[in-house]
Amino acid sequence: MTERSIRLNGAEVTLTTDDPLSQLLYALREQAGQHGPKFGCGVSQCGACTVLVNDVPTRSCVSTVAALPTAPPAQVRTLDGLDPGHPLPQAFLDEQAAQCAFCINGMVMGSLAWLESRVAAGEKKVPTRSEVATHLSGDNAQTFTYLCRCGAHNRIIDAIRAAAKEMAR
Amino acid sequence: MSAVSRRSFLTGTVGVAVSFVLLPAGPAVARSVAAAPAGRMRIEESTSPTSLAWLVLTPEAITVYCGKVELGTGIQTAMSQVVVEELRLTVADVRYVQADTLLTPSQGTTAGSKSLQEGAEPLRHAAATAFAALQRMAAQHLGTADAPERVKARDGAFSWGNRTVTYAALLAEADLETVADLTVPLVATADLKVVGRSVPRVDLPAKLRATFTYVADVSLPGMLHGRVIRPSGRNATLRSVDKAPPMSVPGVTDVVVVGNVVGVVATGEAAAARAAQSAGSWALWNAGPAMLPWATLEDELRSPANWYAEVAEAPLRRGNAPAVLASGGTVLERNYFTPFLMHAAMGASASVADVRAAPDPLTGIRATVWSGSQNVTNLRGAIADLLGLPAAQVRVVYTEASGCYGHNGADDCAADAALLSKAVGRPVRVQWTRQQEHGWEPQGPASAHTLKGKIGATGIEAWWHTLYAPTHGSRPVATNAGTLVAGQLTGKLPAALPATAANSAGRNSQVTYARIPHHQVDAKLVRSFTTVPGGRAPATTGFAWKLPRSTSLRSLGGFSNTFANESFFDELAAAGGRDPLELRIAMHEDSRAVAVLAALRPAWTGRPTSGGRGAGVAFQQYELENAYAATYAEVVVDAGGTVRVTRMVCAHDCGRVVNPDGLRNQIEGNLVQGVSRALKEETVWRNDTVTTTVWQPAPPFSLAPQYAVLRFDEVPEIECIVIDRPDEPMWGAGEPAIGTVGAAVANAVFAAVGARVRRLPITPERVQAARPHA
Ligand code: FES
Ligand code: FES
Repeated sequence: MTERSIRLNGAEVTLTTDDPLSQLLYALREQAGQHGPKFGCGVSQCGACTVLVNDVPTRSCVSTVAALPTAPPAQVRTLDGLDPGHPLPQAFLDEQAAQCAFCINGMVMGSLAWLESRVAAGEKKVPTRSEVATHLSGDNAQTFTYLCRCGAHNRIIDAIRAAAKEMAR
Repeated sequence: MSAVSRRSFLTGTVGVAVSFVLLPAGPAVARSVAAAPAGRMRIEESTSPTSLAWLVLTPEAITVYCGKVELGTGIQTAMSQVVVEELRLTVADVRYVQADTLLTPSQGTTAGSKSLQEGAEPLRHAAATAFAALQRMAAQHLGTADAPERVKARDGAFSWGNRTVTYAALLAEADLETVADLTVPLVATADLKVVGRSVPRVDLPAKLRATFTYVADVSLPGMLHGRVIRPSGRNATLRSVDKAPPMSVPGVTDVVVVGNVVGVVATGEAAAARAAQSAGSWALWNAGPAMLPWATLEDELRSPANWYAEVAEAPLRRGNAPAVLASGGTVLERNYFTPFLMHAAMGASASVADVRAAPDPLTGIRATVWSGSQNVTNLRGAIADLLGLPAAQVRVVYTEASGCYGHNGADDCAADAALLSKAVGRPVRVQWTRQQEHGWEPQGPASAHTLKGKIGATGIEAWWHTLYAPTHGSRPVATNAGTLVAGQLTGKLPAALPATAANSAGRNSQVTYARIPHHQVDAKLVRSFTTVPGGRAPATTGFAWKLPRSTSLRSLGGFSNTFANESFFDELAAAGGRDPLELRIAMHEDSRAVAVLAALRPAWTGRPTSGGRGAGVAFQQYELENAYAATYAEVVVDAGGTVRVTRMVCAHDCGRVVNPDGLRNQIEGNLVQGVSRALKEETVWRNDTVTTTVWQPAPPFSLAPQYAVLRFDEVPEIECIVIDRPDEPMWGAGEPAIGTVGAAVANAVFAAVGARVRRLPITPERVQAARPHA
């Protein structure tokens, strides 16, 4: 039996698993009631399961509970814990940037880390459409791929740019 | 008492405790409705089974019980807009209970861009009738009973002079059940306040806060997690199962084997996934017969040996096309082909089932299934047959999944959950893997087309289209578990193949250019599986799949037929030296068709024509009688033949527009998915096994071909020109535009580099092969 204490959206939570290969996604959903991260592909291709572990976008469908850092406890952030007034979800609503919205967790959480790191680096410029598209397309080396099947892409790009503007203020 | 009638259940005349609990914070819909006090009003319309709508008003809530479901396309918002317009309320004031075989009337399938078309009008009349009744009550209450039109409604209250009364107060006294009165006047077009506005989607805030309950989020007390193990191929049969290895995984409680359905059930999802992952070593299969070879599929479709019927598409047939084509002049004959395509929903299918040992004493329900099905009524019947229960003991509750774009794995996954729950006697949630969704979802079939046409001084003079295709219809049938994968794997046979191509492969195989004097379409229907000799029914001995099970995918035959028709239209225009956009306009008599095409003129006249760039157009009137769409696509083709669609303009007329932004969102989705199909998507199989079972990874990775879909950096800039016709009926927008995309892109590639690609997807290899040799 493995136990991992984490700070989930700021609160202490203990995840337990009896299998060292148990995926973080299932633990977050079953043991911590999170609905933001979703099972899209289970093989790290789509982004639906994205959470932030110590501010790094992480595909929870393939990362394990056992691999979470312990000292200090991992900071895990999910869509469930994001303040609804945060510029990112607000921008998605303003732009009506979704159809079924099943994929949206990935674009919000993946962009959150990206935009926060830009802000932290003092970057004031709003990323161009093509920069956002490149970020979300992934190169399988530095960045992940995010997929949407409903065709909400252009709105999603607009929403991320609007949020970037807001976050850089 | 075996069952409570749905009617009393809805109106709350009996105190009912319903065993319906959605955790953690799910909509406790059934309970709050059941607990509603006696004050109530219900309006029912029942002109025909498919146009039934219920609206229930109580002091606590106004509820729409609607069999048309939200598929991620904004239907719930649009339907709410239609209702609150008549009730003089806002969308926040109504609740919308989606398809539930216990609670909502059957409205057939939510598909084919028909939700607003079929669902909104009845609801609108019901709402208008309710409003008129409330207004009469208010007039009575306010002392002006003889002139109800004098009381004015605002913000949920009526007033006359300086007196007011709220809807809730009136409803607390009301006890009325009535049928919608079609003669009650509707809100006039000029007075519309909610319909025609871009009201934000009512479902999105919860989705952005992660408080929304998708079907994968449904959780019941005592629920277990299941995974199924699929056979090694469509026609494989189970050889042996060694239960010891999966049972040794901590948390696994059961290994279920029913016919060729194998499942593992565990206390947690990780354990179920772990046990299933190693199934290759503990569940062994006997290989079955191969399907028709994928590599030569076009030839197979064209081979009479694989046809089970030859039919003519009748409605627009006229003149004598074969004779005119034989008479000489500028005559062309061209072949086109589109491959098998997946719905490929972003979320692999999931479902929860709770099959009990005995029926619930109050409702009579023994099996409850939560599913993203497009047709809960038919799924209920098919699952009842699978479980050997009467349909009245099965309840299917629609719960939204990721966007489906047609009949995907949702129903089959529900059947798996039902089988596993029945076997273990506990609620079971089944999550399919991505590989199972890609490998086993029913797909949109391939089709081959031969177009013959003649162009002369007056334009196109003859048109003869022959198509070769399997069915696009294998949705669940209420009496037949063989229409579900789990049924097929437990010895049931699928439904007979359809006798015609109507509403299936034949959709939009005809063209609506009324000025083509000679017009004919023939269809050769291709067998999906072995049939009884000379018949359409599945073979009772030696049954085997010949092709992947094919079914309804967004726009059905419309996508491939319009790719072929509208590509060929351009080929004829080029042969006749005519401008392809102007020739389309010239061949139409219908002013609405002309209007969408004419709306593309500014884009078309400014199109790029050099540097590997070019543009194309295509037109389609959906199902020959519904929405009009005309699409302009601009491409750039590089030296290696890679096509990028850079810009699209779509002119769209679907009659009265309920929600302009929602409509634009739909059109954009159609175009993006259309470009994805045009450039990238193709299912591949070997023997009887689909091999494109994950997403195609981004470069630089390259696996054996996988299922490729459009990525963020490949999406074109999109402009929608929406032609609103407030006095015309509302037509759906879920799929009319996608049909135009294949040909618009192919025509643009031809314009850009002279390569006529007649086979989708338009890959770099095909572009290079079709380039004119210098
Ligand atoms: S579910 Fe994890 S990347 Fe798709
Ligand atoms: S909005 Fe449905 S998959 Fe992206």
